Amino acid sequence: MIRIATVCGMGFGTSMMLKLTIQQILRDEGIDAKVDPVDLGSFKTMPADVVVAPTDMGAQVSGTPARVVLIDNLIDKDEIRRKVVAVLRAEG
Amino acid sequence: MEPLTEHVAARADAADWRAAVRLAGDLLVSAGLATAEYAGAMEEAREELGPYMVIAPGVAMPHARPERGVLAPGVAVVTLVTPVAFGHAANDPVDVVIAFAAEDKSAHLATLQRIAALVTDPDALSAVRGAHDDGELRAALATRRTA
Repeated sequence: MIRIATVCGMGFGTSMMLKLTIQQILRDEGIDAKVDPVDLGSFKTMPADVVVAPTDMGAQVSGTPARVVLIDNLIDKDEIRRKVVAVLRAEG
Repeated sequence: MEPLTEHVAARADAADWRAAVRLAGDLLVSAGLATAEYAGAMEEAREELGPYMVIAPGVAMPHARPERGVLAPGVAVVTLVTPVAFGHAANDPVDVVIAFAAEDKSAHLATLQRIAALVTDPDALSAVRGAHDDGELRAALATRRTA
C-alpha cells in the first residue's frame, strides 16, 4: 500500500488538516493509501512513498526517496486533489 | 465540543504578525485555555518553523505543541482591520487569525475539521471578514456550526 506522509512543523495541526483532506480525496477516488501526519523533526525516519507538505517547506522535505508534493493553499481540496492524485497515479 | 464562537476579537488592530498572534494568544489565556507560555510558543513556532501556518489566502492558524501550556481545548478567532504580512509567499497578507489550543495530538480532529469547514466556505469566511464587532463575528462563526 502506498504510504503518504503529511508534514508540518509540529506534526498535528497543518499536517493533520492535510491528512483529513487527503483521506476524503482517497475515498472519492477509490485509492487505497495510508496517510500519517508527521513533524519536520522526525519525518526522515518515517518511511513514505509520497510526502505532502506546505510549499514553504519544500527545501526541508527534499532529500529522501519519497516523491514530494507541495501545496500552496492547504485547505484547497481542488489543488490538493490535482497534485496528490497525479503523483499517486504515477506511483501506481 | 468547544465551539469556534467563544473567544473572538473583531476588527482588531495589529501592527505586524507578532502582534496579531499575540492578540489571539491573549484571548486563549484570558479564556483560561492556555498559559502565557503557550501564547509565546505560538510566536516561536512562526519564527522557528516558518509561515506555513498561513494555511489559505489571508488566513493564519497559529498554534503550539500541547505540552507548551494548553489548559483546555479551544479556539480563538481574531479579525484585523489592517491585514499583516506573515512572510508567506502565496497567502499573505493575513486578516483572519484562528489560533487553537489542543490537549493532545489527536483529540482535536473535530476542531480542525470545523476550522477547515469555515475556511473553505467562501460565504462564511466573507461574513467573518465583514463582521463589525464581536457579536457579529460570533454570529458569523455560529452559522458554520450547524452546517
